[in-house]
Amino acid sequence: MAKKESNLRNMIFSLTLIVLVASAALAGVYVITKPSIDGQQVAKTQEAIKAVLPGFSGKTERVAIKLPNDADSVFVNLAYQDGELFGGAVQTYTDKAFKSYFSLMVGFDAAGNILETEVIKMEETPGLGDKIDKSKSNFSEQFVKMCPANNEFNLKVKKDGGTVDAITAATISSRAYCDAVNRAAEAFDIVTKKGANNE
Amino acid sequence: MEYVLMIIGCIFVNNIVLAQFLGICPFLGVSNKINTSFGMGVAVIFVMTLATLVTSLIQNYVLIPMDLTFLKTITFILVIAALVQMVEIVLKKTSPSLYQALGIFLPLITTNCAVLGVAIAVTEKAGFTILDSVVYTAATAIGFTLAIVIFAGLREQMDLVKIPKGMQGVPISLITAGILAMAFMGFSNLVPSF
Amino acid sequence: MSKVRILTKGLLKENPTLVLILGMCPSLAVTTSAMNGLGMGLATTFVLLMSNLLISSLKNFIPDSVRIPAFIVIIATFVSIVDLLMQSYLPALSDSLGLFIKLIVVNCIVLGRAEAFASKNSVFDSMLDGLGMGLGFTLSLTLIGIIRELLGSGAIFGHTLISGDGILIFVLAPGAFIVLGFLIALVRYLQRKKN
Repeated sequence: MAKKESNLRNMIFSLTLIVLVASAALAGVYVITKPSIDGQQVAKTQEAIKAVLPGFSGKTERVAIKLPNDADSVFVNLAYQDGELFGGAVQTYTDKAFKSYFSLMVGFDAAGNILETEVIKMEETPGLGDKIDKSKSNFSEQFVKMCPANNEFNLKVKKDGGTVDAITAATISSRAYCDAVNRAAEAFDIVTKKGANNE
Repeated sequence: MEYVLMIIGCIFVNNIVLAQFLGICPFLGVSNKINTSFGMGVAVIFVMTLATLVTSLIQNYVLIPMDLTFLKTITFILVIAALVQMVEIVLKKTSPSLYQALGIFLPLITTNCAVLGVAIAVTEKAGFTILDSVVYTAATAIGFTLAIVIFAGLREQMDLVKIPKGMQGVPISLITAGILAMAFMGFSNLVPSF
Repeated sequence: MSKVRILTKGLLKENPTLVLILGMCPSLAVTTSAMNGLGMGLATTFVLLMSNLLISSLKNFIPDSVRIPAFIVIIATFVSIVDLLMQSYLPALSDSLGLFIKLIVVNCIVLGRAEAFASKNSVFDSMLDGLGMGLGFTLSLTLIGIIRELLGSGAIFGHTLISGDGILIFVLAPGAFIVLGFLIALVRYLQRKKN
């Protein structure tokens, strides 16, 4: 087969054409998939909010808050029922995980007791770190009904002098989970206190 | 202090080859001798750091402002390929001795998934500044060099022993790498991971 | 070469992972479970098929000296498309494969087949070649995934067969190297025996 002769003109022409067509095709696929990708994230968040606030069904009010020393914002979804604060679902994260990052939803009642926790996104090692997920082990159950705000529940793994039983061979993931829940508790505390001051 | 922890984390705990499985091809391919693997390592440190610097700048000042992040993969790979070519040309003109030492490794680096992998990974890390990204990349590349040099040392020793026929070459290399990865797991609680 | 041979050679005789030792990074990184291996394999197959198809039909249009950058652009486009589609329709799988979907771009198999086969052969043959190679890659990735998932967590495709903790080392990094090492040794032993 005869190779096509290369000169500057046809080289630039063909490459430009390929790049243009490629970008156009990609842009098309991007536009088609974007609503679905975004929608999935919203649906996932809504589902998680529902899961961590058992007994609550209604709209939540979203407040973003960035704690001092933190890189990212935490989102507090305040839940009001009949004009009174029912609790809140806090979308929190940790950057201390084994694979750098995972995000959780933590539900609190109005007094700051933890109702439920739910993993939103993680990449922890299957068979080890992924046991933070409710479906894989009962690790996360020990957080339920605890109240990080009034210090009776020391939210650290036992190795660090806390009360949380770490997952065997996955101390980093367990520690990261505590870090995320602590961040949620702190954010929830600040947001609810601020609300009270305003009124 | 943050950076010290990050550097230790990237080199030992989250070693790019032994824990993240990036850059396996050169790790297996260019690890016959300590000398050549060291040369490869230095070339990777150089190209990877430069590549991440350029791609982070493009990400922050071109792709994000223009909402073109879906072109990330395609842009980054082209930038890296062009960058490697440019480094090759510049080295050839300005420093023939360095070119002689590193030149043969440069074309191999374009298809080294570690370069593209790290360039993409740092853009997905929350709250990473460009300086963070560059330090992270340099440390990761040093981790690559460390792993490939240790591995070359092991393979030099392996040439002296008799290995069953079916295990010669790639199989025994992979199993050795597995044992090396196990040894590196010993570092896993050294620092909080990044 | 007959059409059937082109399609089937990638499955066993020239299996990209186990015989040609190509695409090691994803073979080690994403095979923590059988499902991940299968997903990664199929994503790569799609990219191989489409890039082979396009490159072989454009082979007379692309000037010789810029063919590599042109191939890379074509491959990167399909990789980005797969990435977006998976984020959109298979978000869980896309999360667990993470970075490695984007890294199909630098998978030596894809560029290798483009350069060695698609740039020289007809469109139909190139498609068969891409499909065969992709399925061979899928086969070996799924196999590694099954072995690691079974030994590491006592399950296959998420169905628990043996309860208990399993041999954790197999889902961790060292297990990947060791399983692949023994598999390649086994393939070589079988090949020698056959000859």
